[in-house]
Amino acid sequence: MTVSIASPATSQVPDLEGRFGEFGRRFVPETLMYALEQLTTEYHKAQRDPKFQQQLDGLLRTFVGRPNPLYFAERLTKMCGGAQIYLKREDLNHTGAHKINNTIGQTLLTLRMGKTRVIAETGAGQHGVATATACARFGLPCVVYMGEEDVRRQKLNVFIMKTMGAEVRPVTSGSRTLRDAINEAMRDWMASVADTHYIIGSVVGPHPFPMMVRDFQAVIGREARAQCLEETGRLPDEVVACVGGGSNSAGMFYPFVEDKTVALTGIEAGGRSSEPGQHASTLSYGAKGVLHGSYSYVLQDEDGQTADVHSISAGLDYPGVGPEHSYWKDTGRVQYVAIRDQEALDTMQLVARTEGIIPALESSHAMAYALRRAKERAKTDVIVVCLSGRGDKDLNEVARLTNQTI
Amino acid sequence: MNPIAEVFSQRTTAGQLAFIPFVTAGDPDLSVTTRVITELAHAGADLIEVGFPYSDPIADGPVIQASYTRALNNKIKLVDIFAAVESLKGQVKPPLLAMVSYAIIFRHGPQAFVDHAVKAGFSGLIVPDLPGDEAAEFAKLVDAADLALIQLVAPTTPAERMKKILEQASGFVYCIAVAGTTGAREALPGDLAAMLKSLRATTTLPLAVGFGLSRPDQIRALHGLANGGIVGSALVKHLEAATNAESTVVAVQRIAAAARELALAAHGK
Repeated sequence: MTVSIASPATSQVPDLEGRFGEFGRRFVPETLMYALEQLTTEYHKAQRDPKFQQQLDGLLRTFVGRPNPLYFAERLTKMCGGAQIYLKREDLNHTGAHKINNTIGQTLLTLRMGKTRVIAETGAGQHGVATATACARFGLPCVVYMGEEDVRRQKLNVFIMKTMGAEVRPVTSGSRTLRDAINEAMRDWMASVADTHYIIGSVVGPHPFPMMVRDFQAVIGREARAQCLEETGRLPDEVVACVGGGSNSAGMFYPFVEDKTVALTGIEAGGRSSEPGQHASTLSYGAKGVLHGSYSYVLQDEDGQTADVHSISAGLDYPGVGPEHSYWKDTGRVQYVAIRDQEALDTMQLVARTEGIIPALESSHAMAYALRRAKERAKTDVIVVCLSGRGDKDLNEVARLTNQTI
Repeated sequence: MNPIAEVFSQRTTAGQLAFIPFVTAGDPDLSVTTRVITELAHAGADLIEVGFPYSDPIADGPVIQASYTRALNNKIKLVDIFAAVESLKGQVKPPLLAMVSYAIIFRHGPQAFVDHAVKAGFSGLIVPDLPGDEAAEFAKLVDAADLALIQLVAPTTPAERMKKILEQASGFVYCIAVAGTTGAREALPGDLAAMLKSLRATTTLPLAVGFGLSRPDQIRALHGLANGGIVGSALVKHLEAATNAESTVVAVQRIAAAARELALAAHGK
């Protein structure tokens, strides 16, 4: 018997086959393989092309509004009485969340590849809105797949996408939520791969998506790291971000992976309980498996059928997770913790009243954990939280859950 | 000789095509599935694909997705599928192929899955989401068990890739006729013939065409270009109406009738 000793996590992943340690790779129909090869080649070329980087940086500055601030949450810090809490304000981006960092990058790639049509999936609608926005900016036709159940729950985002000229196609198969929207977008891509690019919204799916989306989102962590050094003269002691598919957290964590003194903590949706079907905590309670073209942790039954999941937050309501998170979990580089619905809901309201910022329910999971941790840590410690999006989109649902009317 | 190779060899020698129908295991339940398999064998099927229902089938169009959903809603389990197929041993002549997602194989354990497939009497596996690049390790297990691991080639597959895929192929080559998901198409793409000719020049393995085929004339058009035709959705869709004992009898009869016509088209010269 051999005893395997996990080597420490490195930022030199994935390898050429898309492996993050053992995770990632490509488990997709042969029809899509050529498009993935082509995308990988084009992406590597773009990475080495100073013109591409210049164009991307310019758009992030003038269209998205980057860099966004690292904000010292003075009253929350005082209230907790421990570590200093800083918020990375992705909620201040154009369209109100981190999603646009990725869609701008992938839209530029679409144009480079000479493709003339874009498709995307969306759950809560934030990625759909960010894709529709980037496509409107460049005059590309855009189709967004969205579970019928989510279309009903997120009417405003559907209307925003339509206003930006996108077509929203409700998905009626399976559970009618995010995972079915991904299936449907992949099926469209099978038939349209010659002229269409699929802008996937998280660090999930087959290689090169997990790497590419992480790279486009890594601007979050790079800025936060530099801003923290400038503001406090040191690196943070702990960095916290929420994890659904895991794109804001991957982007936030990645530039800190080699900083061994910085603890990284990913917050999953703990839902109502740890019972199957009552949460979306893939890394906390899942097992290794294959979903949506990639090998990672996943919530499945013993036959490999994808499990039902629940979260108060539509953006975290996903039964899989990006393969790099699985790699970070197994190497011990990132700790993953589940926060339940009620604590996230309470924290949203607390942050709103204490700091004048309404975080998205997704980000409220990360905030909830950060407030707990701040109390346990010394006053000289620094915690940086990724406030991945603003909460406006959730207020109808929050009003309903707290028996209020708007 | 491997039973799959034998089937193709006989049909090809006779100037005929192999007819390969598909059925979803457990739609609406396994007793119907075993009846359908028996009927397909009588109707002239040369090989039969048994689809393992999966919750997230990316390569499948609406008809097979819905069929998988019906089976899963009835709580179909792997162990029951294997038992039902095993119960047909010695009663059904055409070799059976398991069409199954790698998500299911991985979770079950690749070696355990292969062992169970052998015990149930399958002759080969088709794993649509396990492209050649990722298949090497699993191919060894399948090979050691004397099963065929059928490789797929798509209209989007470049010539270089095609060569690499063919190097590890066994049984037959599954030629995807259309860029897209499974399901009937009014017409098959014009470049299909060119793809088959280029494949024919590269490999001696039999070529079977699937995705998009539904009618006898589409099967007939493959004579001289391929060695077999695969039809799934056009048969499975009859089970949509199988909601009680009576309508199930009718659905099975319709599948048998459609299969007889397709088999005739394949076996006519």
